[in-house]
Amino acid sequence: MSAVFQSVPPRPAPIKQSGFVYWARTNLFADWKSALATVFMIALVLYWLPGIIDWGVLRAVYRADADACQAARGIGACWGVITEKHRLIIFGRYPYDEQWRPEIATGLLVGLLMVSCVRRFWRPSLVILWVAVIAAFFILMHGGLFGLPVVTTDRWGGLPLTIMLSTFSIVLAFPLAVLVALGRRSKLPAIRTFCTIYVELIRGVPLISVLFMASFMFPLFMPQGLTIDVLVRVLIGITLFAAAYLAEIVRGGLQAIPKGQVEAADSLGLTYWQTQRKIVLPQALAMVVPGIMNNFISIFKDTSLVTIVSLYELTGALGLALNSDADWRPFKIEGYLFITLIYFAFCFAMSRYSLWVEKQLNRSKTR
Amino acid sequence: MTEHIITFDKVNKWYGNNFHVLRDIDLHVGKGERIVICGPSGSGKSTLIRCINRLEEYQEGSLKVDGIELTDDVKAIEKIRREVGMVFQQFNLFPHLTVLDNLTLAPMWVMKMPKAEAEERAMTQLKRVRIEEQALKFPLQLSGGQQQRVAIARALCLKPKVMLFDEPTSALDPEMIKEVLDVMIELAGQGITMLCVTHEMGFAKAVADRVIFMDQGQIVEQNNPHDFFDHPKSERTRDFLSKILGH
Repeated sequence: MSAVFQSVPPRPAPIKQSGFVYWARTNLFADWKSALATVFMIALVLYWLPGIIDWGVLRAVYRADADACQAARGIGACWGVITEKHRLIIFGRYPYDEQWRPEIATGLLVGLLMVSCVRRFWRPSLVILWVAVIAAFFILMHGGLFGLPVVTTDRWGGLPLTIMLSTFSIVLAFPLAVLVALGRRSKLPAIRTFCTIYVELIRGVPLISVLFMASFMFPLFMPQGLTIDVLVRVLIGITLFAAAYLAEIVRGGLQAIPKGQVEAADSLGLTYWQTQRKIVLPQALAMVVPGIMNNFISIFKDTSLVTIVSLYELTGALGLALNSDADWRPFKIEGYLFITLIYFAFCFAMSRYSLWVEKQLNRSKTR
Repeated sequence: MTEHIITFDKVNKWYGNNFHVLRDIDLHVGKGERIVICGPSGSGKSTLIRCINRLEEYQEGSLKVDGIELTDDVKAIEKIRREVGMVFQQFNLFPHLTVLDNLTLAPMWVMKMPKAEAEERAMTQLKRVRIEEQALKFPLQLSGGQQQRVAIARALCLKPKVMLFDEPTSALDPEMIKEVLDVMIELAGQGITMLCVTHEMGFAKAVADRVIFMDQGQIVEQNNPHDFFDHPKSERTRDFLSKILGH
């Protein structure tokens, strides 16, 4: 055997291809099937779009004029209902003159969430910021300090309530879920059984019944004279509910970690908690980011169920704003489109953030 | 070698109810001794060395490492693990941490060493395995041989008295085996106690003080490499050696 070594002639460097035409050719018209799909989608858009623009923009009524809206019914959208009712939809039953308070409080909370999303700010002082913002949030919302009139929690509502409930239930549910997920894999039978029962019980009931129990049944078992605010009870209910589902997602990640990782950590003398914190959880959580974010988004939307225990968050506040007013009741569709847009903006932001996180975490896997 | 650092005394282990994986293991390892353990797969050789840092439990007998008896006492186990480094067949590096962070983890969290000192120690060990220029890469960006050398450096960072190698070259491409063996041979010259499960008989001949042959959970034969390879006593050893050396 004396095969002569022959070198392959160097290939030219790939030509850099960019521009709209190139993008369209590779993404929209790669072969006849994708070209057909593209043409079909364009046709569909051209078919629907004029009607939507006509109804939603050209013939729409923007003034808060119920008569004009009535006249345009079926022909043009009545955005006047938003002009007229937007404060009631966004702030619910919160006293009209005090609505600057939830505005600032929610602004602070959303700002805090945005800051917390940026890796550069992940340092111990962020915890102090969280404590400060949460304190400011409750002082502003509840009042009773600094000359602010007291607004009891049953009057909190609208978007501030939606954001507050989802933020706090997510922030509380996540660590709980991690503990429960670890507990379900514990070597100690008592802990394992307890965590399993908790997850199975919660998963077996709908959120609505958890909220009912938190709101109506729980007080029956409290000693006389001791009451816990309904908002707190509902918050605990949502947290316990969300944590059970999250725990299963986290457990999925834990199971995907090869046994060798724990053995290596063990062989280095790391304790159980050090191993979980430094080796297992960072990898396990990174693996289930899409699932976790899915759950966060669903918690955000599930908060709309608290309406049934008379807490008027965004969806509930919309009903509150329109049901009682015969002039505007017919224009519920426009109202729903309005809050749809709000929900979508938040959910889309969460989903984009999740993609960004995935990209960051994948850096260690690429060359 | 009168002083023993590892003492197995009639150790028995079962997997489940009926698989008797270690049978009456009696083994005394002297300080600084270099032992190679070989045997067919399923003979219990990996299980044997994994008992030493309690990755495996045993049901009967006693096992002392550096004067400490291995029991369920978590503190004692953690103490022993600080003295015993381990290198795995599949490297088991932490893929989400850089090479440097893989090495500083145990010094910082187990020995509570300040970061700068831990990094200095890590770099010393990386130089020892000749891979210091890769310190800031992630493990999956390295070749198998490089990863295994990092794993050796990681185990050395705690300055262990004993090093356990569990088939360290079995998962490697042939051209990378030598770079890992070279590091191990160098290490063997530095007085550290080594127990190595391997089928690299060249390595055994070069560095081992003693070669142990295991089959079906028992230590069948042990001897110095010269006599072990040239004058194996038992039929099973001869049979095994003819299979792995005969081609």
